[in-house]
Amino acid sequence: MIEIFQQILEGLSYVFIQRAIVAGCFIALGCASLGVFLVLRRFSLIGDGLAHVSFATVAIALLLNAHPMIISLILVGLVSLLILKLNEKAKVYGDTAIGLISSVGIAIGVIITSSFGGFNIDLFSYLFGNILLLSRLEVILTIFISLLVILIVVLFYHDLFAITFDEDYARVSGIKVGMVNKILILLTSLIVVLGIKIVGTMLVSSMIILPAISALQIMPSFRGTILIAGFLGVISVVIGILLSYILNLPSGATIVLINFFIFIILFLFGKLNIIKSKSL
Amino acid sequence: MSVKLIEVRDLSVNYQGFKAISQVSFDVEEGDYIGIVGPNGSGKTTLIKAILGLVPFEGSIKFDGLSLREFTLKHHIGYLPQRLSFIDSKFPALAKEIIVSGVYCCKIFPKRISRQDYKLAEEIIDILGIKSISDTPIGILSGGQQQRVLLARALVHRPEILILDEPTVALDPKIREVFYSTINKINKERSVTVILVSHDIASIGNYASKLLYLDRKLIFYGTFEEFCKSTEMGDYFGYSQHFICHRHQ
Repeated sequence: MIEIFQQILEGLSYVFIQRAIVAGCFIALGCASLGVFLVLRRFSLIGDGLAHVSFATVAIALLLNAHPMIISLILVGLVSLLILKLNEKAKVYGDTAIGLISSVGIAIGVIITSSFGGFNIDLFSYLFGNILLLSRLEVILTIFISLLVILIVVLFYHDLFAITFDEDYARVSGIKVGMVNKILILLTSLIVVLGIKIVGTMLVSSMIILPAISALQIMPSFRGTILIAGFLGVISVVIGILLSYILNLPSGATIVLINFFIFIILFLFGKLNIIKSKSL
Repeated sequence: MSVKLIEVRDLSVNYQGFKAISQVSFDVEEGDYIGIVGPNGSGKTTLIKAILGLVPFEGSIKFDGLSLREFTLKHHIGYLPQRLSFIDSKFPALAKEIIVSGVYCCKIFPKRISRQDYKLAEEIIDILGIKSISDTPIGILSGGQQQRVLLARALVHRPEILILDEPTVALDPKIREVFYSTINKINKERSVTVILVSHDIASIGNYASKLLYLDRKLIFYGTFEEFCKSTEMGDYFGYSQHFICHRHQ
């Protein structure tokens, strides 16, 4: 036990671990602030779809010798709006639009990597992420964008809440539903791009979905659910990074599994709680 | 003198070539209690949605003489949608949070909920007798309880017009009568104009000042007494007209 404690302290003394924890916690809070809205609106897979698109955008950036995060921020943002347009205008179901764009994203990424080799190792690091290799600039960018996402969610909280519960009522109340949807999806694309460096394109959507569905097992109130999702996201990042350091495991995958473990515990807790609630 | 609050002229709604309602015209006056009735698929909900600007339409709808686009003071309207089958049992909001969300329409960006708003919510919670469930998650309430929470949301900002779409579907007969009389009280005591969609002509006939019978087009618009005396309605309904009016008496 003392040995583990010493290993934790040793890990915490390294700058790369400190950076990883700080950036990871901020991104976990950003993911949680969006996750509850996306899950309840049956839009949670958008994170997955955009992450697959980011595979292509990272490949494009590496091909152009540009910074993958900056190129991805722009391109994934544009694609997220395209998904929304397909859903609204072309009458393509939300999940179908996500599936369509997602597979096209993967296809473009695969064609670029197979046609223009030489950056496969770099691309691999974006597929599975490496939070321990974050540069100072990436940490600053992550903190800034995460705070921006949280601030916008706070400012639009009531509109997002109204639309999530009852979109028609929100329209009757004069809320600009189309604009708020665009904001939500753009914020999601920002968070996805930040997340690919941490857990990779394959796992980033789990950072959005898992803390949200874990918090939904408790559902104290709407605001409370978002706060709990943020707390659980942060806990998963801290435990995940330290555990991956001690056991020499990949950090991104460990964070995801800790998130899943928390979900299982709260799911069982939620089951008991529901039995209690039904007796109201 | 009665004041015209809503003017509907030649209203038609098409869904991908299918005419849901056609050439409907009627006026709603201040303080009216209109019961919109008709068979399943007659366009009752479509009519309500057109009035609320939720579906595209042909013709004109005016509120206080202003077109829907010009009529920006949406906080004059309280809306209770058709039975919310979409309320997820896992939706994490408390009933109280849903009720307070009714004031969002009156707020400007960035919206903030004040103590006064919570006071208004408490007031309507007391009127509707739902204090005991206000701290319960909306998803685990019964259909009737959810309906009353949504009615509270529609009323919390003290609207001038209350639009209710099949509000009594989830309610048992006893609670249904309480619900109708609560709406009646709101109409009389607060001078709130009520437009209520129902498939139960006899029950709504007890309360509504006017009945609007719809079957993709306007079949009848007048008082319940006029409805019972109408020979045209007699031809339309056959024996059912007597049955409906007899139940009413």
